[in-house]
Amino acid sequence: MAISVEHVTKRFGDFVAVDDVSLEIEGGSLTALLGPSGSGKSTLLRVIAGLEVPDTGTVALLGNDVTRVPAHRRGIGFVFQHYAAFKHMTVAKNIAFGLEVRKRSKSEIKDRVAELIELVHLDGLGDRYPSQLSGGQRQRMALARALAVEPEVLLLDEPFGALDARVRKDLRDWLRRLHDEVHVTTVIVTHDQEEAMEVADRVVVMQSGRIEQEGDPVELYEHPVNKFVMGFIGPVSHLGDAMVRPHDIQIMLSPNGTTLPAVVERIVRLGFEVRVNLELDSGERLTAQITRDELDDLAIEQGASVFVRPRKLQEFSNAT
Amino acid sequence: MTARRWTVRLLALGYLSALLFIPVAMIAVRTFQNGIGPVWTAITDPNTVHALWLTLQITLIAVPLNTIFGICAAIAIVRYDFRGKALLNAFIALPFALSPVVVGLCLILTYGRTGWFGADLANQGIQVIFALPGMVLATIFVSLPFVAREVIPVLREIGTEQEQAAATLGASSAQTFFRVTLPAIRWGVVYGVVLTTARSIGEYGAVAVVSGRIIGVTETATIHVNTAYQSFDKVGAYSTALVLAVTALSTVLIMNLVNTRRGEG
Repeated sequence: MAISVEHVTKRFGDFVAVDDVSLEIEGGSLTALLGPSGSGKSTLLRVIAGLEVPDTGTVALLGNDVTRVPAHRRGIGFVFQHYAAFKHMTVAKNIAFGLEVRKRSKSEIKDRVAELIELVHLDGLGDRYPSQLSGGQRQRMALARALAVEPEVLLLDEPFGALDARVRKDLRDWLRRLHDEVHVTTVIVTHDQEEAMEVADRVVVMQSGRIEQEGDPVELYEHPVNKFVMGFIGPVSHLGDAMVRPHDIQIMLSPNGTTLPAVVERIVRLGFEVRVNLELDSGERLTAQITRDELDDLAIEQGASVFVRPRKLQEFSNAT
Repeated sequence: MTARRWTVRLLALGYLSALLFIPVAMIAVRTFQNGIGPVWTAITDPNTVHALWLTLQITLIAVPLNTIFGICAAIAIVRYDFRGKALLNAFIALPFALSPVVVGLCLILTYGRTGWFGADLANQGIQVIFALPGMVLATIFVSLPFVAREVIPVLREIGTEQEQAAATLGASSAQTFFRVTLPAIRWGVVYGVVLTTARSIGEYGAVAVVSGRIIGVTETATIHVNTAYQSFDKVGAYSTALVLAVTALSTVLIMNLVNTRRGEG
């Protein structure tokens, strides 16, 4: 295993940030730690990096126990949400930093920096200062800086959190392609379920310092183990005690015995996708997601009476 | 709007002129009242040269020590939590609050012949009071806060992320300090050093108390100005004062240069 975390607990005063967490991460994988703020995902990442020392438990990288090894001797790469660019250094100098502190030869550093600048598409910007770059460029520089020393594991703490939606999406695709190219074991922390599902091979869902579920994106989406994961991994509507995904709600014009009568409250057209807000006789509200073509076939408007049928209901025994 | 702006400008300039520009200009005018000859004689007088040299020596010892201490204290206060941190913070401001004369007396009470360590030090053959060590101590005391006070806000502003990034990239604590922290706080340090230097050169009260004011031995430039003035050696007093004023003015100019450049860094 590239990373093994065993029974790690980290407290800040009375607050338990990470609560007895164990986690194994396979070499060459891209894993997302997903959870709301305060779920302990960033703290767990910082414990793996050596930026926080756990109160109890151990961390091993490539089979070696590094729990007491300081960050600078762990052979990791770390990317911060707010870039942590060295403001007084040029882009090239920033990228060269890890190599310079390792006393590599001048020519080796020069070649490696040129290679990385190309890899992260910052060609021609080597002599700029971080303040002269856009947020997206700065984060790519930070990534090149982290990759320069060929880390065993690459740890990214909400790397796209400070960027606007468009740039975030571009960088996400780019990161995925980069990972397929360089294959370094990568862990990315995010609170954005779409980002996690899109970029990672494996997603670890956390809440209140604990791991709720881990698995590949499809597994999590199709078979969530509890209400929290179901609700966090994608949109849901409640139907009594059960939960249902909006695209699993079928709208019909006539009843067929298993349907429930409902009234269309509002129709929101988002291009190809259409969101229909419905109110049941019981007063419960549902959101159905259908396509534009389906809506055209139904030919319904706001206030119309329809019949709905959940295709797939998820029920969870315990109230988590 | 324009009228109001002009009024404010004139008021500020008038205030500065009455209190600063005119007196400083007067020194220059009075110094050269009888031409350059007497000024040259006064400045090349062995006692004047010795006084200026002594001030330079004291400054060259006090400023580096206070710079190192100031940076260490600032890092301790901003980056670490420890018992007595509030006390350290308060003590660093103390020299601002304490009158230099009181500082001088405190040093005499501690290091003087009848003081706490004085007798022991004297037995070792080390004289502190009425000698260079005492004057250096007095100067260090009064110019202590500047570097720390300038560096603390800069350190707070840069935060710890750059230092953490350096650590994850394999830099040891020393490498992180010299390659990341120090360059990031450099303008704060320079600003603090300039203020410390100005204060060290200009210090009078504390140094006067501990020096014993022995002409040609423990007389610094500022004390020399005062002694010369009181013994009716006006040209001597004005000339040395002018040297000090020019030095102070250059320091202020350097400071302003630093301030403009700080914007770019």
